[in-house]
Amino acid sequence: MSDAAIKHVDRDIEKHSTGMRRKLFTTNHKVIGALYLCFALMMFFVGGAMAMIIRAELFSPGVQYIEPNVFNSVTNLHALVMVFGVVSPAIVGFANWLLPMMIGAPNMALPKINALSFWILPIAFLFVFLEQLSPLAGGAGNLSIYPLTVLQGDKGSLYIFIAIYLLCLSYLASAINISLTILYARTKGMGLLDMPMFAWTWLITAFLLIAAIPVLLGFVTVLMADIFYGTSFFGEPSPGISAQFSNVFWFFGHPEVYILILPTFGIISQVIPTFTRRPLFGYVSMVFAAAAIAILSYLVWLHHMFMIGRPQGESLLVMYATMLIAVPIGLKVFNWLATMWHSEMTFEAPMLFAIAFLMLFTIGGCSGLLLGMVPVDFQYKHTYFVVAHFHYVLVSGAIFALMAGVYYWLPKWTGYMYDEKLARLHFWLSIISVNLLFFPQHFLGFAGMPRRVPDYSTQFSEWNALSSIGGFAFGITQLLLLWTVLKCVLGKGQRAAPQVWEGARGLEWTLPSPPSHDSFKSQSQ
Amino acid sequence: MLPLVAMADYELNLSRGVMSVKQEIYDLHLLAFILVSGIGLIVFGLMIWSIIYHRKSRVDGEPHFHRDRKSEAIWTIIPIIILLSFVAPATRVLIFQESSPQEAEMTIKVTGYQWRWHYQYEEEAFGFFSSLAPEHDAARQKDSNIDVSSIENYLLEVDNPLVVPINTRIQFIYTSNDVIHAWWVPGLGVKHNAVPGFVNIGWTNISEPGIYRGQCAELCGRDHAFMPVVVKAVTQSEFNKWLTMKKHEQSETGFENK
Repeated sequence: MSDAAIKHVDRDIEKHSTGMRRKLFTTNHKVIGALYLCFALMMFFVGGAMAMIIRAELFSPGVQYIEPNVFNSVTNLHALVMVFGVVSPAIVGFANWLLPMMIGAPNMALPKINALSFWILPIAFLFVFLEQLSPLAGGAGNLSIYPLTVLQGDKGSLYIFIAIYLLCLSYLASAINISLTILYARTKGMGLLDMPMFAWTWLITAFLLIAAIPVLLGFVTVLMADIFYGTSFFGEPSPGISAQFSNVFWFFGHPEVYILILPTFGIISQVIPTFTRRPLFGYVSMVFAAAAIAILSYLVWLHHMFMIGRPQGESLLVMYATMLIAVPIGLKVFNWLATMWHSEMTFEAPMLFAIAFLMLFTIGGCSGLLLGMVPVDFQYKHTYFVVAHFHYVLVSGAIFALMAGVYYWLPKWTGYMYDEKLARLHFWLSIISVNLLFFPQHFLGFAGMPRRVPDYSTQFSEWNALSSIGGFAFGITQLLLLWTVLKCVLGKGQRAAPQVWEGARGLEWTLPSPPSHDSFKSQSQ
Repeated sequence: MLPLVAMADYELNLSRGVMSVKQEIYDLHLLAFILVSGIGLIVFGLMIWSIIYHRKSRVDGEPHFHRDRKSEAIWTIIPIIILLSFVAPATRVLIFQESSPQEAEMTIKVTGYQWRWHYQYEEEAFGFFSSLAPEHDAARQKDSNIDVSSIENYLLEVDNPLVVPINTRIQFIYTSNDVIHAWWVPGLGVKHNAVPGFVNIGWTNISEPGIYRGQCAELCGRDHAFMPVVVKAVTQSEFNKWLTMKKHEQSETGFENK
């Protein structure tokens, strides 16, 4: 179909359908972005409910509410939902809503593919939940630890495999779409180094996705053949190869971590300059730092599996590469700090969340540095210290940055200013409860509590109880986020001006709030 | 809910351990912990200073800078120097940790099963299974109505502990019968994966008699949380006595543990 024909069909759908139909079948980047974000918000509460179940079971020693195998399934599902159902759709949603407006494009480069990649998501998660309902459900762990999955004879895992195929398809399509949009749909005169930082981090993330997702697809295919067709890629007759499974898994798994965090770095790089009223310090080096992080992320997958027994030279090299990642990340943190230095800061909700991100991400980075040292890593690995580390990076890191982004662009998206008092209450309750939730877990790890256990020795009781209280508080606090967002969406509150924030710069702020359905209609290349 | 009495013997940190390698790991952990805490404090300090003094309501008229190659170079090079101070001792400890002694005086094969351990004393051609102690197993069942805080070392007790002599170079050979497990004793600084069809090697030399407790540290299915490790280190003469008794016991019952 030619371009003109595609445009024609698009316009047809837009013209002849009204209300919900128009919203659901649209190829408009703003509506798809909103759909992605709604989906992520919904799944945030689904995944959060699972976390509540986990913390309830761990509140005190003994098995109280759920059987150990159910506990394993819930933990597994919590991770899957939070990674692929919350953070990933949220960052894709931000990209959809914002990238075309930021670079002056009328829509994403591939609008139909865009709609498709969204609609695959709910179907994929339908399969994820079907797996849980299946009597064959496994609970082999979110890492699908081999040969655990095969030995448990997880025929029910077929659903998970279908779900992972669909998720891969969706995110691969999104990544291609986003990279094409950034590379080819920029407005006239906007060079690569004139782009907002968010576009840069997404461009790098898109390339990470394009390289990492096929690895996931590949090993899931092989695993499926092993389970359903009796092949032995990873299994009999030489089961020692199960160690190879871990290799392939983490070759995908480690870059995936940076896929989740890089776009949120981009959000922080948009928020901090606005509320400091200063341009981002060291823009070019920020770009290079993000690229360096992406490249290094492919060299360090082994640090997830030191215990499996690797040659010494290999362990040493991976340790050095792992520690090296601290340099570009440190550069980013210091550049954000330098942006704040001698600036004119104000502390609206987005800035509060950005500052919390900076502080708590630094804690996560420091524990990551400890984990990178092989000899001590042997003692930290598979303990609650690791749980504390990645939750500091992903919850008070990625999720906090996403919240900063939501408050920052919510007035632009809905046309109504959010309730600043509610947002600040949400911030203060969140930051207190998130630390109460995860900080004690560092000590639990040091004291020797293994992760992924439904029950523990009585010496760990106090910190677990404290952590659970923090967990419940954090969970309930998020209802404030839902309420604040709903108020804006329903049009309660003050109307927002085009330039919502005094210090905001960028093309999206030149558009009215909310922007019209087709902004930057005539694209100029 | 929070019995303060129990806080008295509370551990907040890695156990110090009794083996020299564990000592090295502990020192490295402490060094790294102090260093990262320092880094954290500097970053937090700068941030809080900036939050207090560089707000819009009290602009100080300082010239703002947004591009300064010199300062960027400084905060690239300083972290590299700090990292080197981590890397050097970490490299030394890793090489020390993995260097096996010239000759093992004793070899124990540790095999992971879902969900218990099997210990085989290679030189003695003698071995046995070690599972969660029965009373613990009863208490951990859902709806057991047993108060777990009344049980000593809840979930960290086995029916047959691994007994080893002190001051002996012991080599462990790890493997698994089904899925990947991990044999972890924090007090000895030993943690290795037991991988099916694959042999992993670790070693220890315990200097102080005592009981060292640990757990499986790799998700291995339903009862992953319920396969503890208990190592009892005794003097050589006590060990010999135990070995004779245990062997006799096994030949009496005719129970062949394999």
